[in-house]
Amino acid sequence: MAGSTPASLSADAPAAGVVQARKARSISPAIETWRRFRRHVLAVSGAIVLLIMVLGVLVGPSIWAVPINEIDFTAKLQGPSLKHPLGTDDLGQDLLARMMYGGKISLAVGFAAMMVALVVGVLVGAVAGMASGWVDAALMWLTDLFLALPTLPLLLLVIYLFRDSVKQVLGVEGGAFVLIVVVIGGLRWMPVARLVRAQFLSLREKEFVEAARALGASKVRQVVQHILPNALGPVIVVGTIDVATAIIFESTLSFLGLGFPSDVPTWGSMLRDAKDYLDIAPHWALFPGAAIFLTVLAINFIGDGLRDAFDPRRVL
Amino acid sequence: MAETLLDIRGLKTWFKTEDGMVRAVDGVDLRIDRGETVGVVGESGCGKTVTARSVLKLIDMPPGRFEAGTILWQGRDLIPLDQDEMNQIRAREIAIIFQEPMTSLNPVYTVGDQIAEVIALHQKLSPKQAMAGAAEMLRLVNIPNPQKRVHDYPHQFSGGMRQRVMIAMALSCQPKLLIADEPTTALDVTIQAQILELMQEMKEKFGMAIMLITHAMGVVAETCQRVTVMYAGKVVEEAPVEALFGDPRHPYTQGLIRSIPRIDRAVSRQARLESIQGTVPSLLNPPPGCRFAARCRFATDVCTQAMPPLKEVAPGHRVACVL
Repeated sequence: MAGSTPASLSADAPAAGVVQARKARSISPAIETWRRFRRHVLAVSGAIVLLIMVLGVLVGPSIWAVPINEIDFTAKLQGPSLKHPLGTDDLGQDLLARMMYGGKISLAVGFAAMMVALVVGVLVGAVAGMASGWVDAALMWLTDLFLALPTLPLLLLVIYLFRDSVKQVLGVEGGAFVLIVVVIGGLRWMPVARLVRAQFLSLREKEFVEAARALGASKVRQVVQHILPNALGPVIVVGTIDVATAIIFESTLSFLGLGFPSDVPTWGSMLRDAKDYLDIAPHWALFPGAAIFLTVLAINFIGDGLRDAFDPRRVL
Repeated sequence: MAETLLDIRGLKTWFKTEDGMVRAVDGVDLRIDRGETVGVVGESGCGKTVTARSVLKLIDMPPGRFEAGTILWQGRDLIPLDQDEMNQIRAREIAIIFQEPMTSLNPVYTVGDQIAEVIALHQKLSPKQAMAGAAEMLRLVNIPNPQKRVHDYPHQFSGGMRQRVMIAMALSCQPKLLIADEPTTALDVTIQAQILELMQEMKEKFGMAIMLITHAMGVVAETCQRVTVMYAGKVVEEAPVEALFGDPRHPYTQGLIRSIPRIDRAVSRQARLESIQGTVPSLLNPPPGCRFAARCRFATDVCTQAMPPLKEVAPGHRVACVL
């Protein structure tokens, strides 16, 4: 879990081209960011790849309507063919169908864990940034404490301890999903919190916040209406990178056998199952591995593009 | 005698720092009547802005705190009010505009949204009505094509235009007093004149009073009825504008007026523009006596003993000097 907080982010107003502003009637900062994002070739390709992935896992199963657990020993460990475009595993199950099903879980885990990390991080960071003094200090100690925890052993311990009780409440698959999302999100909020706090510390001194205060805006309104929207740019960037990290973590957990139950395919668990057959059926590991690789790379490029688009000092 | 709107008496706003108490505002009296323009002048660091922010209670506490004094707004003391009660007064009764028009608007909302926010906050109006009110305010402050411009973002406006938007925002609830904290300092001279003219126009339209904080004496001469001169956290002279320029009593006021470039006195090579020597003293544990004594050419032993109180030398003209 790399501490991947981009360094050179600023909350200043987007330095919009005046010429551009004249042409269109009204250019919102969001449109301006989109215009800058479009010029980032890698980011746009990343976005297209991710879009294809998402569409593939959502729409794909209805086009390629092969059950994920249809066992056919006559066709086990086959390479790609017309009948099985991505080949089969050791039970003769169709890999394309399993990839699409697993991708849905992997992507869902990624996005859900990012949301958890963002919500917790923004809350902690905002409270710390607004309430200076001991509240701020205590929350930052807590953040440092979480940052100092060794992630993987803790993850394993938490899942080992709580897997069964959560399973009883939410069912096998749902329980695993919630547990994994909460645990990954719960261990990824610290960079967000630090970032949001730093943003708040600088933004709350800005003249437009003071102006809002002088014109009768309550504290909550100052935060929600005036400070938070200006702090969101960098947070979105960190969020995209968190999606990638969460997908990798889910793969790690599944690979170690602590993620979803073994009969539920995810990209990570498919890798784990494939590892014993690497020499006779390399395609089995290759496809889920490539899917993880492509998705994470695409999301990272999107994050890069967003960071550049939000950075007013860059001319794009 | 007009009705008194704001009456500040003996206000002391101090800031606690690691080195001790900074007495930014140290016993200030200031009165503003309905519909009049009062100038507050002085060098940077004289406590003008702190006085203005104290009125709206925009001082961060801590480190700031009101040590003494009262701020009577239409007879009601503002000092004991909490932030919620102050929010009822802000914009509705007293509004403020700041020095920096470039950064005083939120970059992520259209100017219409921001003006409408103030209107909706203080008046029970639908979003549509508030937006119409915002366009109307933009029209009042002479922004061309207001119906379209309400949908523009702050970065699409120039500095002078943004200050107009700020004025529109401040006036959107028809306050009785507008505090203008160096409203023209960040603008170039032609735009300054336009903004001052606009404020004058708005004043006539809405009948509000203006507290104009500035260090440009020329601006004061042109717009104000009464002037309060501040030095190092204290009021040193207060007078109607004609009396102040015609018969300045305090050496500091005299120095300020002499340091205005005059077009009728040709600047020869020898005659340099006069200035007041030295700088404003630290407000950290200031010495007893007149705070201007160190820079005053008339200073005597008496001046360093005790701060002379304000005394009336002519009707409405008060000065804090032993001379």
